[in-house]
Amino acid sequence: LIYCYRKPKTKRAKRFLEKREPKLKENTKNAMLIKGGNANLTVTEVLKDIYAVKKPFAVLYKKKNITRPFEDQTSLEFFSKKSDCSLFLFGSHNKKRPNNLIIGRMFDYHVLDMIELGVEKFVSLKDVKNSKCPEGTKPMLIFAGDMFDGNEEYRRLKSLLIDFFRGPSVPSIRLAGLEYVLHFTALDGKIYMRSYKVLLKKSGCKIPRIELEEMGPSLDLVMRRTHLASDDLYKLSLKQPKALKPKKKKNISHDVFGTTYGRIHMQKQDLSKLQTRKMKGLKKRPAEKSAEDGGVSPKKSKSG
Amino acid sequence: MAAVRVEEVLAAAEEQEAEKRRSVTVEKELELEFDLGNLLAVDRNPPAAAGLRGAAPGREAKLRALARDNTQLLVAQLWELPAERAGGAGGPLVARLPDPTFRLPREKPPPRPRPPTRWEQFARLKGIRRRKRTSLVWDEEAKEWRRRWGYRRAGGDPARAWLAEVPEGADPEEDQFARLRREKRERVARNELNRLRNLARAHRAGTAIPAAPLHPTGHQSREELSHVARVARVSTASLGRFQPRLPKEPAETPSRNAGKKRRFEPLLGNLAAERSRQLELLRDMGSKKPVLNITRAVNKQLRQEEAEAAAAKRKKQSQRGKRGRRQ
Repeated sequence: LIYCYRKPKTKRAKRFLEKREPKLKENTKNAMLIKGGNANLTVTEVLKDIYAVKKPFAVLYKKKNITRPFEDQTSLEFFSKKSDCSLFLFGSHNKKRPNNLIIGRMFDYHVLDMIELGVEKFVSLKDVKNSKCPEGTKPMLIFAGDMFDGNEEYRRLKSLLIDFFRGPSVPSIRLAGLEYVLHFTALDGKIYMRSYKVLLKKSGCKIPRIELEEMGPSLDLVMRRTHLASDDLYKLSLKQPKALKPKKKKNISHDVFGTTYGRIHMQKQDLSKLQTRKMKGLKKRPAEKSAEDGGVSPKKSKSG
Repeated sequence: MAAVRVEEVLAAAEEQEAEKRRSVTVEKELELEFDLGNLLAVDRNPPAAAGLRGAAPGREAKLRALARDNTQLLVAQLWELPAERAGGAGGPLVARLPDPTFRLPREKPPPRPRPPTRWEQFARLKGIRRRKRTSLVWDEEAKEWRRRWGYRRAGGDPARAWLAEVPEGADPEEDQFARLRREKRERVARNELNRLRNLARAHRAGTAIPAAPLHPTGHQSREELSHVARVARVSTASLGRFQPRLPKEPAETPSRNAGKKRRFEPLLGNLAAERSRQLELLRDMGSKKPVLNITRAVNKQLRQEEAEAAAAKRKKQSQRGKRGRRQ
């Protein structure tokens, strides 16, 4: 808003612009789901299912857009600017790359990372005839497999998937409402994504026993090409403003056992004037006091 | 007898407890890593490849078992969090999540603090602070509290003012209503001009032309790379004087201006050279001809302009041609 050459004339326009300007604490990232020029049924179904999972923080574009994200990113950036989305999922299909999904994110409306995944097997929400959980549930995310740490590309993919499916950042969560879990397993160059509905069963103790029910989209993915941001750009995008750092409370420290220690800074004290406990037996009697003072009695003597 | 019974009872109770606990505990080689702010769990254990590589239904069952174990561990962690009852005693149990620890990139760069406007600088200098004004003003004619400005303002609607007094020193023939309208237009224009000036100043301060990056970006031309290589060579303690060169790299050509400030003649050296230099200086100062080589300057300027035009044309072409159609 500060950099607006045309000041907004209505309050609504002002609110619209304020929502899109850079802020200290950012909005939840929106995702745009785009179909390529030659998207087939599988890919369209995948996009529709992911849209259902990510509602209301996603936009599903209905028309086909003939672009190639890996060659030219300008049209993606244009869409991102218009709809204020920083995550995107682009689906296409051709003979060389069947059932192709390009998942990516933006920084400052320019493409940051893009990873091309091939869908080998897809089970849609419609095909699984179980009860579904309500729209907009914050999913639990679990990543299994040591490949997610070893390879740089897999690490970025993990970061991208967390960013994509994370949902809004909330301060507290209703424990009974933990219904949805997305489980990603990396094995043998393939990534298995499964979604389950969580059933909390009674167990003897406080923590409930978990039973899972297959629900929702499940994908078998294989990594194809990648376009990752350079380390410097990535580090720049990770940078958080200093104002968001939690303020350290000074003069408080904790030790290993959990004891809290505080530190008080005192001025110099005159120890002779220190007030300690009164011990009546040690109180100076008036006779002793007068002896000390050298005969000058504190009380005025009555004249006459 | 009684002691044995008590022991038996205790053992049975403990067995029961363990039984209950067993249903919610999961054994894992490596502990999972949790980020409860994001409801995230990361399992570093290599998955049991044998079971998962097999046929599809077996694989699904194995995946589901793995997922169940991991979810159990995550839920156990979530249940450990401090929980309270939201909305009074009967409300749902709500756990307070900690801040997310997994670092994710931002959507947009953090907002830059804008530079103060001209008025703000002046006010800071003079120590003028903002007075809080009341939103309602007492209107004598209407005998009620009215807004300071806007719909039904305190002074009455200015568009329906039927009287405009002629001020003291003004021309009696002048149209006062026209004067008021003109002055308002001028005020609005002046305010808009100042706002745009402040904006331009802020914009200029914000987007200073960044120097060419010194790290490899993948989109650098040959000249940029050679410049960067030169900067890297000179960034040593001895300013690049003892840097080894590649076998076919040419020796550094002493450019016209390099070393002009670092070249110090000895104090009592060549008297003849010093004399000739001083005389030459005097001659140049006294001559009418300009020292500037016009042709060289003009050629340099022309080359620069050509390069700029070519770059702009290239950029425009790429923008216009490939911009995606609106969806």
